[in-house]
Amino acid sequence: MNIDIILAGVGGQGILSIATIIGNTAVKQGLYLKQAEVHGMSQRGGDVQSHLRLSDKEIASDLIPTGKADIIISVEPMEALRYLPMLKPQGWVITNTNPFINIPNYPEESILMKRIEQLPHKIAINADKIAKDLGSARSSNMVILGATAPFLQLNYKDIEQTVTDTFLRKGQEVVDVNIACLNAGREFAMNK
Amino acid sequence: MQKLLLLGDEAIAQAALDAGISGIYAYPGTPSTEIMEYVQASKQAEENNIHRQWSANEKTAIEAAIGMSYTGKRAIVCMKHVGLNVAADGFMNSAITGANGGLVILSADDPSMHSSQNEQDSRYYGKFAMIPIFEPSNQQEAYDITLAAFDFSEKYRIPVLLRVTTRLAHSRSGVICKNKRPQNEIKLPENPRQFILLPAIARKQYNELLEKQLHFEKEFETSPFNAYIDGKDKSMGIITSGIGFNYLMENYPDRVCPHPVLKITQYPLPTKLIARLADECESIMVIEEGYPIIEEQLRGLLNRCLTVKGRLEGSLPRVGELNANAVARALGLPDTQGEAIPEIVAPRPPALCLGCPHIDSYKALNEAMEPYGKGKVFADIGCYTLGALPPYNAIFSCVDMGASITMAKGASDAGLNPTVAVIGDSTFCHSGITSLFDCVMENTPITIIILDNSTTGMTGGQKSHGVGRLESICLGLGVEKEHIHMLNPLPNNHKQNTEIIKQELMYKGVSVIIPQRECVQTLKRRLRKQRK
Repeated sequence: MNIDIILAGVGGQGILSIATIIGNTAVKQGLYLKQAEVHGMSQRGGDVQSHLRLSDKEIASDLIPTGKADIIISVEPMEALRYLPMLKPQGWVITNTNPFINIPNYPEESILMKRIEQLPHKIAINADKIAKDLGSARSSNMVILGATAPFLQLNYKDIEQTVTDTFLRKGQEVVDVNIACLNAGREFAMNK
Repeated sequence: MQKLLLLGDEAIAQAALDAGISGIYAYPGTPSTEIMEYVQASKQAEENNIHRQWSANEKTAIEAAIGMSYTGKRAIVCMKHVGLNVAADGFMNSAITGANGGLVILSADDPSMHSSQNEQDSRYYGKFAMIPIFEPSNQQEAYDITLAAFDFSEKYRIPVLLRVTTRLAHSRSGVICKNKRPQNEIKLPENPRQFILLPAIARKQYNELLEKQLHFEKEFETSPFNAYIDGKDKSMGIITSGIGFNYLMENYPDRVCPHPVLKITQYPLPTKLIARLADECESIMVIEEGYPIIEEQLRGLLNRCLTVKGRLEGSLPRVGELNANAVARALGLPDTQGEAIPEIVAPRPPALCLGCPHIDSYKALNEAMEPYGKGKVFADIGCYTLGALPPYNAIFSCVDMGASITMAKGASDAGLNPTVAVIGDSTFCHSGITSLFDCVMENTPITIIILDNSTTGMTGGQKSHGVGRLESICLGLGVEKEHIHMLNPLPNNHKQNTEIIKQELMYKGVSVIIPQRECVQTLKRRLRKQRK
C-alpha cells in the first residue's frame, strides 16, 4: 500500500487539520508516514501545500516527486489546479468549489469551474455550503476530508474515530456536527 | 519505546530534552522556530525546569549557551542559517574555547529561500570553525544524532554543529524515543583557563583543536552514521549528504541502489571511505542539499584525477532544493511530470493580513513620502517586508536584521534627504538598538519608524523583548523626547498619523515614530484563549 497526497489551499485555511486526521488514522493502522508542511512567510495568505505520504513500507523522500501524486486535496478551486504537475495521469483531484479571493487577478469563476470540469478524475464539492447547511460553516474541511475518504484505502470507521478524538475536548455537539460534515462529504463522493 | 509523530525540528527538541539539557536558547527564524516552541510546550521541560526563553538575537543566544556549557551543564542553541551570521563571533571562538557541558549548535538552512534572503550552507561555517558537523537525513536520525551530538561534544569537549534543511525541519514522521537522561550537575572546567582566549592561551588551544581534527575524522570513518552501502554497478559511486540520500533512494522503489553509496552524516569528511569509493568506481556523483561543499573538496582546484559529477559540475542544478526528479535526471533515470499548470492559475504571493496594523502605517508613510519620491525608505526583516509588494510599494531595502536603520544612516550621511527606516519591534530589539545609538551619537537626520505589533509576527507570534519598552529604550539611548511619537495605526487616525510623519521628515535630527497596535493573528489567538 502506497498513497501520495498533495494538500493545497491558501495560508490560514487550515489544510493541516485534514493532514493531521489522515496522518493520525494512518499511524493507528500501523502505516509509515511522512508529511512535509509549509511554515513561515507563505502562511500569510499565500498559496500553501503539504505533501502527505502513506505507505506500508518505509518512505524515502519527504517530498512527492512530480507526476507521482495519487490525490490532490484542495480546499480552494484555483489552488487545486496549481499542483497538476504533481499528479499522476490517473490521479484524482478532490476540491472545494468555493473560491478564496485575496488577489486582484483571480480568474473568472465560470472559466475556473469549466477548467475543473475538464479534469478526467475529480470530485468538485461546495464544502462551505454543505458545512453551513449542517450548522457549522467552520467545518468545511471535514466535508472535504469526507469526500476524500473513499480514495484513501483507510478504514472509514477509523477516520471517524480520529475525527471524534480530535474534537472531543470541544464537546459532543462539535463532534457530532463534524462527523455529520464528514459523512456528507463521503456521501457526495460515493454518489458521483 | 514510544513512537511519536514529530517534525524534524521537534525530533531534535525531544532528543535535546532526553539528552539532559539544562537550557535551550534561540531567536525565532524559519525553519528553526519549532524547536524552541516544542520545548516551551513540553511538560518534560517544565518538570525539569529547563531554561526555555527566547533570546534577543542569535549572538546573545549562543553566548548564553556557551556560558551554560561552561558550568558543566548541557545546552542547545537554535537558529536559522542567516542567524549563524549574527552568532558567528561566538561560534568561531567556541571552537577555540571548546565545550565543558555538552554544547550543540543547531543551524537550519533554507535552500530555495522559502522564507529567507539567501540559501547559504552552514556546513561552510562548521568547516571554517573546524567544528564537527552532524547532518541527519530523516526524523529518526535527527533524534538519534542529536543524542550522539551531546555525547560527542562531551567526549571531545567541542561544540557540535547540527545542520538541517527546511524539508527535514518541517516534515513529520514517526520517531522512536530512547531513555531520558538526567541533567549534569554544575562542574566548572577542569582547566580554569579553558575559556580565557588571551593570545597565549588561544594559540595553545588552537593547536589542540587542530589535533582533535584527526580524532574527529577517525571517529567518522567508523561511525554507524556514515554508512558505506556497497553496490554492483561500479561505473559510478554515489556520495550523499543529509536528505540527498532520500532523493536518491526515492528513485529505487525497492530501496536498493545498484551503485555503491556513501551516506555522509558527519563531518569532517571520512577520507578513507571516500578513497575506497574513488578506488572502486570509475566516477563519483555527489548528491548534497545546499552548496557543493563535498564536491568542491573532491574535485580540488585542478580536477585532474577524478570524474566527479554533481551541482558544481552541472548534472544537478546548482541552486535551489534538490528533489527526487532532479536526481532521476542526473542518474539518467526516467523523470515524471504531470499536466502543466493551467494558464488561468494566478500567482498568490503572501500578503499582509486583513486588519494588519502595518497596512495603516504604510498608508500614512506613503502619503507623507509622496512629495519626496520613491527610494528613500529602508526596511528590515519581518511581515512588514511585504510592504515592498503592491499595493504598497513602500520600501526599498531588506538586507539583514537591523540594517534598515544603519543603511538609512549611511544614505543620510551621503546626503539623501529625507531618509526613513522601517523596522519591527522584535527586529529592533534583535539588532536595531545599536544602529539607533550610532544615529544618536551623530544626530543623524533620519526618521525611524518602529512598527510595534508587540510580537515576532512572521515566524508565528513569538514573544518580543520590546513589548512596553520601546519608548524608554529610545529615550535611554538619547533620542529627544519631543521627537519620539507613539501612534495608533487605525484607519480613523490616518490623517493625524500622516501629519506627524510629515512633520518629523522635516526635522534634521533623529526622530522615532512608534505605531503601536497588536498583531491581528496574536490578537485572535489571545481572544480565542480568553473565550475558553
